[in-house]
This record gives sequence, C-alpha cells and structure tokens, in this order.
Amino acid sequence: MIKAYKENRPLSPHLQIYKIQITSFLSILHRGTGIILYGGAFLWVIWVVALATGPENYTKIQAFLIHPFGLFILMGWSFSFFYHLCNGIRHLFWDLGVGYDMPTVRRTGWIVVISSIFLTGVSWTLGILAGEIFS
Amino acid sequence: MVQFRLPPNSKIQKGKRYASPIKGQRMKLFQVYRFDPDTKDNPRWDTYEVNLDECGPMVLDALIKIKNEVDTTLTFRRSCREGICGSCAMNIDGTNTLACIKAIEDCRGDLKITPLPHLYVIKDLVPDLNFAYAQYASIQPWLQSDTPPPPDKERPQSQEEREKLDGLWDCILCFCCTTSCPSYWWSGDRYLGPATLLQSYRWIVDSRDDATGKRLDELEDPFKLYRCHTIMNCTNTCPKNLNPAKAIGEIKKKIAERVG
Repeated sequence: MIKAYKENRPLSPHLQIYKIQITSFLSILHRGTGIILYGGAFLWVIWVVALATGPENYTKIQAFLIHPFGLFILMGWSFSFFYHLCNGIRHLFWDLGVGYDMPTVRRTGWIVVISSIFLTGVSWTLGILAGEIFS
Repeated sequence: MVQFRLPPNSKIQKGKRYASPIKGQRMKLFQVYRFDPDTKDNPRWDTYEVNLDECGPMVLDALIKIKNEVDTTLTFRRSCREGICGSCAMNIDGTNTLACIKAIEDCRGDLKITPLPHLYVIKDLVPDLNFAYAQYASIQPWLQSDTPPPPDKERPQSQEEREKLDGLWDCILCFCCTTSCPSYWWSGDRYLGPATLLQSYRWIVDSRDDATGKRLDELEDPFKLYRCHTIMNCTNTCPKNLNPAKAIGEIKKKIAERVG
C-alpha cells in the first residue's frame, strides 16, 4: 500500500518548511554533540598513543592542538561535553516524569545552553590560569 | 529511512499568482501548496493576494474566501471551524495547527500554508492519513474489561480516577503533533507517533480498563514507543494545548516500573 502511494503521490514538505524551534534545535544539538564526543574520543586516543610513542610524535600532536584550528576543535569538544552532560541531566528529569510543560521545557532549555557555555568558559579559564594552555 | 530531501516528484515549483479583485488597506499574500493528482505535474506554490479588510480573522476564513471568490479548485478539509473537529489541521507559517483557530494577525509577512508534513498528498492541503488511522486502530482504542458493567448504571469511577483522563480525552486526533515529530518523519512506518501514544495512555490510565498489561506489552518495542526521543515538538505544536510528550513519558515510566 505504502509503495503504491509513494509512486503516485508527492510527499508533503517537512524539514523544508518546519520552523526551527528551541525544542527541535536543542534535540538535534544533543545528537550532534553526541557524535562530536564520539569523534573526540578518537582524538583522545591519538593523543594518548602519541604520548606513549615518544617525544617526537607528542610534539607533533601538541603543535596541532595548540594551533588555532586545534584549539577550536578542543573548544568545540569541551562545549559538546558540557552540553551533552547538562542536556543529559535534563533528559533524566524527563525520564522521571518531570518538566514536560512547555514553559519549563523552554526554561530548562535555556538553562542547559547557558550553563554549558558557562562551564566551557570556566574550564578554559582554569586551564589558562593553571598554565596548561598558552604556556 | 531517513531522507532529508524531498523525492523528485515532490519538489515544489513556482506556481501562479492571483491578485485580489478589490484592493484594501490591509493586503496579505498567502502562499499555498498546490498539488493536482489529475496532472503529472509536481506540486507548486500558488500565491493569493487577500484583502484582509473583507476577510474573517482566521487562516481558515482566508482559505474559504480564496475558494469562494478566487480559485474554486483549492482543496482543503474543514468542518466545525471552531477547533473541535480537527479537520483543518495543516502547516501554517512553519508549524502545525488548526487553520480555524490560527489568527492571520499572528503570522508576520507572507503566509505559507502546506499540508501536514511528511505525508503523502492526495490533493492540495489534503494529506493521506490512512496509515496514521491504522496505527491508531492498532492500539485498540476502546474499553477492555474483564467484568460486565453493572446492570443498572455505567461503570463507576471516583473523581480522582476520572481526573487522570483530563488532558487525554480532549485529543481530537488532528495529528498536528504526530506530523510535527522528526522521529515520526524518519520512522513513521514503525513508530506510532505522539497522537496514537497519547490515546494509548488514555486507556492505560483508565481505571475501568483491565487490559493495561497487554497494552504495555504491545508498546514495549524499540520502534512503536521508544522512537520518542523527547524532542517536544508535539507538545509545542498541539492546538489544544495538550501534552503528548508527557503521556509518552508516563508510558515509559509504567513499563520501567513494572520491570521493577
């Protein structure tokens, strides 16, 4: 039945017309940051392997990471970590049956966004102050 | 399967433009999705200029005005024109709602109207909802009791038991929520979608229904229920201000609780 419909009838527009909202945007951001975390884990392994194989490789990977592009990747990765963490906590509350009404959904959405930016900022500030970055 | 782009036969082309016969102070352009099954043409955007000085306040008023005065071929479902039948569900200005209770005033700029998203279009703004209705039928939306009702009255329910149905019985099955859900777009062949799951929960919490265990068994499936990722588009778009996402969350909780 579905096949017959597919052949004859057009599919109504979906992504093309549906307005991006805080609900769907934060949801796709959760999925996106999850994928970035997965990719980041590979970067982490590369870094550890470089560390284990000697100073030459370690210098190379450090040079890459300290480059503005490398720093951008690290910053994106750390933001992804904090966003995925905070929004994950928001999901845990939903799983408990709490926070489903729209005003709360919007409020907790903004709290998650602001706190993940804040936590990213704090961790980078601490890193810079401790001399781990730009030293 | 996830397919972000529209298939070739669904790409929307430029259509005709109809000017309003009488000009007024408040003119507005309505861009309406058109598809004629009698031709082999792709869908198109037709633009209608509407004089709001001579038009009712709601989007449905404008559609009826266009059909009456400008283009009789424009096809859409409508019935009660007061938000209780659910017939005129469509995507207006980027979100799903009922045309009869959506004020034109609330939409800025040109107003875009398309059928409910990611469904097969029968004609213009009329999508095929047969599959969604079949999914609704699959949850057996009727009272299932092990005992016969009292001979002289209806099955009694305490006030608290009855209150559990508030916000659930009110659903008019317009499928605005179901077709707003990206997860339903990508897995609608197996995921039941918010409207049907809210209806399912309506019977699960009904104190008179004895089939709760069977109903939960049926839903405990990676696709039927758990394709809900709490995106919350459903609750955000419900024209009756109900909360399908919460109903789905409660079903998930009930399944988790009985596992213990």
